[in-house]
Amino acid sequence: AIPVRGSRLPLLSDAMPAPAHLFPLIRNCEISRICSTVCYCHHKHVCCLSSHFAHSHFRYAPQKRFATLYRPKEDFNHFIHARDYASTPQRFYLTPPQVNSILKANEYSFKVPEFDGKNVSSVLGFDSNQLPANAPIEDRRSAATCLQTRGMLLGVFDGHAGCACAQAVSERLFYYIAVSLLPHETLLEIENAVESGRALLPILQWHKHPNDYFSKEASKLYFNSLRTYWQELIDLNSGETTDVKEALINAFKRLDNDISLEAQVGDPNSFLNYLVLRVAFSGATACVAHVDGVDLHIANTGDSRAMLGVQEEDGSWSAVNLSYDHNAQNEQEVERVKREHPKSEEKTLVKQDRLLGLLMPFRAFGDVKFKWSIELQKRVIESGPDQLNENEYTKFIPPNYHTPPYLTAEPEVIYHKLRPQDKFLVLATDGLWETMHRQDVARIVGEYLTGVHHQQPIAVGGYKVTLGQMHGLLTERRARISSVFEDQNAATHLIRHAVGNNEFGAVDHERLSKMLSLPEELARMYRDDMTIIVVQFNSHVIGAYQSEEL
Amino acid sequence: AAGMFLRLLSDVRWRAANPTWRGVTCCRRSSSSTAEPHPAALPAQAQVVICGGGIMGTSVAYHLSKMGWKDIVLLEQGRLAAGTTRFCAGIVSTARQVSLELKMADYSNKLYRQLEQETGVNTGYVKTGSISLAQTQDRLISLKRIASSLKVMGIPCEIITPKQVAQLHPLINIHDLVGAMYVPEDALVSSANVSLALATAASRNGVQIHERTSISHVSVQKGRVTGVETDRGQIRCQYFVNCAGQWAYELGHSGEEPVNIPLHACEHFYLLTHPLKEPLPSNLPTVVDPDGRIYIRNWQGGILSGGFEKNPKPLFTEGRNQLEIQNLQEDWDHFEPLLSALLRRMPDLEALQIMHLVNCPESFTPDMRCIMGESPTVRGYFVLAGMNSAGISYGGGAGKYLAEWMVNGYPSENVWPLDLKRFGTLQSSRTFLRHRVMEVMPLMCDLKVPRWDFQTGRQLRTSPLYDRLDAQGARWMEKHGFERVKYFVPPGKDLLDLDQSKTFYKPDWFDIVGSEVKCCKEAVCVIDMSSFTKFEISSTGDQALASLQYLFSNDLDVPVGHVVHTGMLNEKGGYENDCSIARLSKRSFFMISPTDQQVHCWAWLKDRLPDDSSLTMEDVTWKYTALNLIGPRAVDVLSELSYAPMTAEHFPSLFCKEMSVGYANGIRVMSITHTGEPGFVLYIPIEYALHVYNEVMNMGQKYGIRNAGYYALRSLRIEKFFAFWGQDLDAFTTPMECGREFQVKLEKGMQFVGQEALLEQKQNGVYKRFTMFILEDHDTDTDLWPWWGEPIFRNGRYVGKTTSSAYSYTLERHVCLGFVHHFDEKTGEELVVTTDFINQGEYEIDIAGQRFQAKAKLYPFSSLFTQRRRKEEVELSGYQRE
Repeated sequence: AIPVRGSRLPLLSDAMPAPAHLFPLIRNCEISRICSTVCYCHHKHVCCLSSHFAHSHFRYAPQKRFATLYRPKEDFNHFIHARDYASTPQRFYLTPPQVNSILKANEYSFKVPEFDGKNVSSVLGFDSNQLPANAPIEDRRSAATCLQTRGMLLGVFDGHAGCACAQAVSERLFYYIAVSLLPHETLLEIENAVESGRALLPILQWHKHPNDYFSKEASKLYFNSLRTYWQELIDLNSGETTDVKEALINAFKRLDNDISLEAQVGDPNSFLNYLVLRVAFSGATACVAHVDGVDLHIANTGDSRAMLGVQEEDGSWSAVNLSYDHNAQNEQEVERVKREHPKSEEKTLVKQDRLLGLLMPFRAFGDVKFKWSIELQKRVIESGPDQLNENEYTKFIPPNYHTPPYLTAEPEVIYHKLRPQDKFLVLATDGLWETMHRQDVARIVGEYLTGVHHQQPIAVGGYKVTLGQMHGLLTERRARISSVFEDQNAATHLIRHAVGNNEFGAVDHERLSKMLSLPEELARMYRDDMTIIVVQFNSHVIGAYQSEEL
Repeated sequence: AAGMFLRLLSDVRWRAANPTWRGVTCCRRSSSSTAEPHPAALPAQAQVVICGGGIMGTSVAYHLSKMGWKDIVLLEQGRLAAGTTRFCAGIVSTARQVSLELKMADYSNKLYRQLEQETGVNTGYVKTGSISLAQTQDRLISLKRIASSLKVMGIPCEIITPKQVAQLHPLINIHDLVGAMYVPEDALVSSANVSLALATAASRNGVQIHERTSISHVSVQKGRVTGVETDRGQIRCQYFVNCAGQWAYELGHSGEEPVNIPLHACEHFYLLTHPLKEPLPSNLPTVVDPDGRIYIRNWQGGILSGGFEKNPKPLFTEGRNQLEIQNLQEDWDHFEPLLSALLRRMPDLEALQIMHLVNCPESFTPDMRCIMGESPTVRGYFVLAGMNSAGISYGGGAGKYLAEWMVNGYPSENVWPLDLKRFGTLQSSRTFLRHRVMEVMPLMCDLKVPRWDFQTGRQLRTSPLYDRLDAQGARWMEKHGFERVKYFVPPGKDLLDLDQSKTFYKPDWFDIVGSEVKCCKEAVCVIDMSSFTKFEISSTGDQALASLQYLFSNDLDVPVGHVVHTGMLNEKGGYENDCSIARLSKRSFFMISPTDQQVHCWAWLKDRLPDDSSLTMEDVTWKYTALNLIGPRAVDVLSELSYAPMTAEHFPSLFCKEMSVGYANGIRVMSITHTGEPGFVLYIPIEYALHVYNEVMNMGQKYGIRNAGYYALRSLRIEKFFAFWGQDLDAFTTPMECGREFQVKLEKGMQFVGQEALLEQKQNGVYKRFTMFILEDHDTDTDLWPWWGEPIFRNGRYVGKTTSSAYSYTLERHVCLGFVHHFDEKTGEELVVTTDFINQGEYEIDIAGQRFQAKAKLYPFSSLFTQRRRKEEVELSGYQRE
C-alpha cells in the first residue's frame, strides 16, 4: 500500500533520479496528465462516471504537493463494468490460462508434515499468495515454525514509501519473536555457541516461496543486532516463563528500535548505510499470528487484518475479527493518538483520515519521519548519502510536527483460544479488505476448503418444471461453483474473487482478465498490493485438546 | 393405489394384484397412517433365519424352500421390499462383464419371466430388450467382448449400427455413436413386486415372514451360529443369512464375533418424469449409455433415468444414523451432469415435465462384485449383499447359488469371484470402504481395459522393499491389499506416457516387460513376491504329517528339505487351493499359497485340522519377504553370496534349505520360481529384507541382474503352461483336468480328500481339459489382445473359454490358456474329453467378435529355445526376394 500521500506511479520514475524508486513524487503537471488519461477513457465511454471520479479522488491533488492516493473502491466497479471499456484504446484480453499463470505466480502452500499418518499439530497447513499492483510489490509475507519452542509464526507486512522496511521486517521480526519466547537456558546455549564458534541451534524453519528473498548483505548487521537483544535478555533473566503476548510486544518494539538505531549509527559500508536508511525512512505495517496448540495470538501493527473463519452448526460461515485496524476509522486509535500529544495539536493530528494529514496507518515500523525529532532527521539526512539528500520526500518534514514521536510499532495483541468450529485464519493486507467484506471472505474460503458451495438446494416440489428448464438452471449454478475448483490454493482463490467478483459475487472472467491486464502504471489505481495467508486448522486436534481439558 | 406393502401375507396377492409405481411417491404417507395390526409371535427356533426382506432375502427364502428346507424364518425390520429394493430401477440386464454374473442375470431373467404365472403376483415383467451405446471405438470393443460371451451362453445379442439404434428407439440422438449392442431379451420388472412374489411363493412353501422385526445381534458359540436376538425376542437357529443390504456391514459387526462384510452405501439418483405427450410404449428398449454414465428406461409413458456419476456421495460411513432412507434429499446440482447426458442423448425430452428425483442408496463393494457365502470365522453365518446396484439382475441367480451352497455345501458354479472369503479384515476399515466405493461407483460406467487397477485404498500392505523398488521405477498393482510390482520403468522413459497405456491393443509396457523376460531367460532377475500367503504347520508328534496327508493330494511324506507342489482338494477333487509345501523338519511344514488364499485357505484348514493343542498352524505371511531369483545366473549370485555350492548336484530343484545370505542367517532358500525357469525363492525374515536385497543386487551386477515385475512372471509361467489358482484353477477343476496327475499321489497309502473323485475320473475320463493355445494369425502390433474369458471354438463350435493369456516373448506369439469341453452336437450334453479330441481339432479364439486361429497343446514346450522361430530372418529374406 502507499498510505503516504505521495503516491508513486512508475510511469513517472524515468524522469526522476535513482532514489525516485523509493520516494517518488508526483508533480502537479504529471498528476493532471494521469487524470486526463484516465478521464479520457471516462469521458469517451463512461460519461456518467467521470465527474465523480475526478472529484472524489484527485480533489486535493492540485492544492497539495503530494498527490492523494487514489482509492478506487466503489468507482472501479462501474468503470470495469462498463461494456464500452472493451473498445478503449487499451484492450487486453487474457485467456483463462494466462489469468491463472498471473494469479498463481506467487502462490505457496505448506502442509504440516504428518508423523505415523497423524498430524498432531493444530495447524493443517497454510496457503499464501500475493498479487502485486505496485512494481515492485511493496507487500511482504513470512511463515516459519519455531524450532526451539512450540508454535508457528505467520505474518503479512504492508510496506509504504518503498518496500525496504517491509522486507527488513519480514526477514527479522520472527527472529525477534522467537528469541523473546526462548527460555533462559536456550538463550545461554545459543550465546555460548556463538561465543565459541560452534554451530548454532536452528531457531526457525522458514516456509518460503522462491520469490521471498533474504538480504544477504545485511545478514551480519541484522545478526549482530539480534545478538545484542538476546544478550540483554540473558542479563535481564527474570526467571519467569515467557508470556507470549509480552514476547510479541517486546519483539515488535525492539525491532523497530533497532531499525531506528541502525539508521542513526550508519554503517561504514556505503551500500549497507544506504540500506538501513531506506529501511528506516520507509514504513511497514505488520500482522502476525502465533499458533501453538489451541493458543492463537495475533499481534497487529497497522491496517492489515486477521480474521477467523468459523463454521456454524448449520454449516454456514461467519467471520470473527482478531485484530483492530490502526487507522482513522478506529475511534479508540484516534483517541490514543490525541491522548499522546498536547491538546494544541488536536486539530492537526488527524487530517483527511491520515496521521498529520499524511499517513494512513496509525502504527507502523520504520517511518522515522514520524518518530525522530526534526534535528535528528536533519542531521541524519545531511550526513547521509547524496541520494538521500537529493530526495525531496525524505527532506520534507511533516507539517505541524511538534511533539514526536507520532508513530509507534507497538502491536495490539489479541488472544483467542481455538475451538473446533474455528476452521481457518486469514491474514491479509488491506488490499484484500478494501475490496471484500470479511463475511464474504469467510464464506469463500470456507466453501473452498470444504469444497461445498452453500447454495440453496433446489427442490421441484409441486412445481411444473421441464427437464430443459431444470438443465438451464443447473448449468448456471454449476458455472458459479466451478470457480472453486480452479485453484489449488485458498489464497489464490480468494484473490480471484477479490479481483474478479461481479455484483452477484461470482467470478467474472472478463472482469478478471481486464483487471490483471491493466498496464503497470494504471494497476495501482484500481487495486492495491494484496497479500493473503490462509491458515487451516486441524479440528480433530483442537477437539482433542478441548476434551482433554474436560 | 394405497401402499403396496403387505401387513399380513394374505394381503400380498390382493395388493400385488394392482401395484403401481405410483406407490413410490405416495407410500410414505400411507405407511405411516396405517394402523398397526397384532404381529404374529416369533417361533423360538428355526433351522434358518434370514435377515432382510428385500430382493436378496426373499430370493434366498424362495430357493431354500424350493430345495426342500422349510423351517425358515425371514425377518424384516420395516416392510417387505421397502429398502433399496423398493427404489430399484427394475432393469434386468444380462450384459455383464464377468461370466458368473452373466449367468446369474440370465437365470434371474428366466425366473422372473415365469414368476407371475407361478405365484399369481403381478411382477410387471415386460420384455423390452436393452441397447448399450458406444460413443467410442474402445467402448464398442468392450461391448463386443460382452456380446461374444452372451452368444456362447445362448443369449440372443447383436452388435448394431447407429442407424439400427435409431430404428429401435425413436428418441435417441445417434450422431455421436459408433455402434451399440442390442440384447432383445432383457426385461423390466417392478422390483418390489418381484420381491413380494418370491415372498409369496416362499410363504406357500412354509417360510415364516415377520415384518417390523429387527435383529440386534447374532449369537455365536464355539464359532457356530446359535441364534438371533431380535427386538421381539430370541430365535435359536443353525443358519443365519445376512441379506441386510446396506446395513449388512453393521449387522456383521454387531455380534461378539464380528463378521466382516465389506460394503458401503452411496447415494444413487434417478429421475422420474410425467408421461410424454405421446406416451412411450411399454416395450421400448432400455437404453444404457455408459459413456454418458446413464441408463434410461420407459416408465408409465414417461422415462426413468439415472446413472453413476463421477463424484459419488458415500453415506452412512459412521454407521446407521437417524437419517432414514426416506429422508434423503433430492440433489439436483449433483444430478446435473447426468441430466446433461440425458438431454444430449435424447434432446426431444427438453419439454418433458419432471415428476421426482429419487435418491436411493445402493451398496457397493471394494471390487465391484457382490458378496456371497459363508463367513470364514463363524460357521452357519451366510451372507448375500453388496449388489453394486444390480440387485434385480442378480437377485434370482444369487439367491439360487446361496441356497445351493447352504443345502449342498457348495453351489453349482464356481463362485470364488463372489466369495466373501476373497476379502480379509483389511477391507473392513470404514475409511478404506468409503474411499474405495467412491472409485467403484464411477467404475460401473468406466471403460475397463485389460489389467486395470484400483487407484484408491492403496499402499496398505507393502513389502519392506517398497520404497527401494518404487525409487527404481516400479509400477504397482494391488492384490488382496498388497502392492506388487507390474514392471519397472527404465530411467529416461516417459512415465506419463506409460501410465496412460490403457488400451485393448498392444500396451506401452510391451518392450519393458520384454526386456525383463529376456533378462530372466539369459541372466537373472529379482521379483519381490512377498504377497504370497505363507502358513507354518507343525506338531509335537506326527499329527501334522497325518493331517496334511489327508488334506492334500500329493505325498507329503518326503525327506526333510523337499518341496512338494500339491493341490488342496475338495471332495469332488476340485482345487480349493494350489500350493507348494516345504517339509522343514519331520514335524513342521511351510506352505506357500496364492495371495488371495489368506482367508479362504486358513478357514478351510482350521475347519478340517483336528482340534488338537499339539498341532499348531500360524499365518506367517507378514514375517517373510520373498525374493524370487529367476534365471540361469541365479545360481552364481546365490553361491557367491552364501559361499555354498548351489549347483543342481548340491541343491536339486524342489529343494529347501535354511542358509545364510550375506550377513543374514536363517534365510529359507527354495529351488522353485513359480515360472518353470531355473532359480530360487528366498524367504527372508523381514528385518533382513533390505540387507539381502542389497547384497543380491550388488553381487548380481556382474551377472546382469535387474528388477522384474509380475507381468514378466506371468508371461514366463503362461508360456510354460503353468496354471495359477484363482485364474485358471478353481474348486471345479481337478488335477486330472489340467494335466497335473503327477502332482497327485493316488496310492500314498492313506485316504485323502478328493481321492475317490479323482480315481473315478482316472477311470472314466475328464469332461474338460486345460489346454494351451498359441495364436497363429494374430498380429501383436495391430490386433486386439486377448485377456481372459474369450470363447474357444473347435471346428467352428464353442467348446469353452480362456482363463488367462500372455504374450510369449520366446515364441513371439500370444499364448492363451483355457478349458476345452466336449458338448454333444445334438443334445449339448457334456462328453468325455480325450487327448485325441483335443489334438484333432481346428481351433479359433474369439477376441471381441474376431476369430484367430490357434494351435492347441496339452503339454508345454520342452525347451522353448529350440522352438524359437526366427521371425526376423524369415521376414528379412522375404523382403529381399521382392
